[in-house]
Amino acid sequence: MEMFSNANDFLIWVRGDAFNIALFILIIGIFIRVMEIFLLGRKKDFSEPRGTEWGPGLKNIVSRSVVDSGTFKRAPFIVIVGYIWHICFFIVLLFFVPHIELINAMLGLQWPGLPSQLVDAATVIAIVSLIAMLWHRLTHPVLKFLSTYEDYLVWFVTFLPLLTGYIAFHRMIDPYPLALGLHIFSVELLMVVFPFTKLMHAITLFIARWYTGAMMGRKGIES
Amino acid sequence: MSTPVLNITKGINALKEQIDAPTAAFFSSCVHCGLCAEACLFYTETNEPKYTPINKVEPLRRVWESEYTLLGKVKKILGLSKPVTDELLAEWEPLIYDGCTLCGRCSMVCPVGNDISGMIRKVREGMVASDHAPEGLIGASTRAVKIGSPMGIRLKALQAQIKHIEKDTGLTIPIDVEGADYMALLSSMEIINFPEYIESLAKIFKQANLSWTLSSEAFEATNSGIQIGSSDIARELIQRVVDGAEKLKVKYVISPECGHAFTAIRWDGPNLIGKTYPFKVVHILELLDELQQSGRLKTSGVEDKKLTFHDPCQIVRKGGVEAQPRRLLNQVATDFVEMSDAGKMNWCCGGGGGVSANERADEIRLKAFNRKKSQLEEVDVEVLVTACANCRLILEEGLEENNMDIPVVGLSELISEHLVEDGEKI
Repeated sequence: MEMFSNANDFLIWVRGDAFNIALFILIIGIFIRVMEIFLLGRKKDFSEPRGTEWGPGLKNIVSRSVVDSGTFKRAPFIVIVGYIWHICFFIVLLFFVPHIELINAMLGLQWPGLPSQLVDAATVIAIVSLIAMLWHRLTHPVLKFLSTYEDYLVWFVTFLPLLTGYIAFHRMIDPYPLALGLHIFSVELLMVVFPFTKLMHAITLFIARWYTGAMMGRKGIES
Repeated sequence: MSTPVLNITKGINALKEQIDAPTAAFFSSCVHCGLCAEACLFYTETNEPKYTPINKVEPLRRVWESEYTLLGKVKKILGLSKPVTDELLAEWEPLIYDGCTLCGRCSMVCPVGNDISGMIRKVREGMVASDHAPEGLIGASTRAVKIGSPMGIRLKALQAQIKHIEKDTGLTIPIDVEGADYMALLSSMEIINFPEYIESLAKIFKQANLSWTLSSEAFEATNSGIQIGSSDIARELIQRVVDGAEKLKVKYVISPECGHAFTAIRWDGPNLIGKTYPFKVVHILELLDELQQSGRLKTSGVEDKKLTFHDPCQIVRKGGVEAQPRRLLNQVATDFVEMSDAGKMNWCCGGGGGVSANERADEIRLKAFNRKKSQLEEVDVEVLVTACANCRLILEEGLEENNMDIPVVGLSELISEHLVEDGEKI
């Protein structure tokens, strides 16, 4: 790399300027996307409500995480692997001690981490489940039909931080600053792509679930 | 003269008007997981991926992306966005009208909580505006506006049926009684195919000792505007009911055993006319349940045949009337069993959302009925009860097509058969 005379320079850059740029794009991007949604508003509903909106909306945010048994029987793979992926991903993201230290340095918040062997195992499971989901996307007729380049881009930028994190943790690239730098850089890539792709679901699903739960609550349908 | 260019502009504008904050949140959240396909009987019974619910809303998604997102606007300027064309809408028309009954099952299953069927309803607005609705529904809507009924039923036909019923039963069926508490609405199908419903109403009101009436100007409950997806037509039809009810100064308007009529008059109506009603809307099952709970409706005798209840989507899943039919059935039946996925997760009969009025969809509708068929085979009942005239007709046709000998009965009719008056059955 011409830009950097050595791996240390690269690490300093990804930890400094690059991270700030990525964080800026992430925050501004999310803000714009969320405003784009809320500014559209909702028309006033004149029908006589049978129930309330707020409670059922909040309830739906939680209850939508559980699929009905009929659908589970029809599509067990996506449900099970979907759960495994999300759980392992959050274990890795939020309970790896160095991640907590970074969050603490930035926000002043901290909580106990998990043993790194456990996080390592979660990383492997997350990687395997992502590969399984990619295989599923490439072979299942419905997913193959629905998928666009964006689905694969999103898969790729999600996969990279896990792979590079695993590589860095196991010192599989020398020198270590390069391995760590690549990991942080891949996370920055994810941060930049996040607001402009369906990765946004991590935030907007709360809005979507609330709206649908509220609509159901209004009609007296249990969510 | 309308041209395709003009029509597509109208269509896109109609789609733009439909996009609100929930729609934007839904499109932002979809991760293409494909679960909605598994919730849709048009996919499960055909295995054709194009029937995946979220795929059906692609025209709306394109409008949302290019008009209401920053990246989409940039893509549009750079010529990278996929436009909504007349060809696209023509291609999507059968998916929107033949391959969707607006049953709302996908909206229950979507893990990110997207109300997909609500969005499909929105796409229909764009379809109508751009001249892409099926002949059958255009015909029904035209008849509804011009004659007052999608099936072309005039007041005279209703009066003839009333005369028959009054003569056969000695009951009176009041018309245009000002100041009555309840104004009942009917669906054309009830007038022509299932006049037993009208008779049941008369028996029920007599026993409960409530004042009721039909309106000669607003007896039709169905709303083709809701089905085809034209708010303008829907509004006009709702206004007739509102005018009729206001003229007779009733306190309640009763939605009949018809699914989409309930959605139209109960939930969509006030929003179409932009104000609250001066009366309350109740579904006949809500009224029956309330009367029974308060002891004003007494039944005697029970059905001992094994029976099950087909949940009309618009009344149960999308209307919130789920417990009432069960309480009512348990009152008059000893062997009431539930189908798998019963209640708010029930499978559609295949003929809702205007599909039954669209002859082009006949073939796929019968295919989709296989879902109901296998549900019924699991429970192996002697009688099938439902609470929607359209479901009833579709179920009868599907059962006949599959050589299944199961009679289909309306719930109100079943209850009315068990009414007692002064210790005697009516």
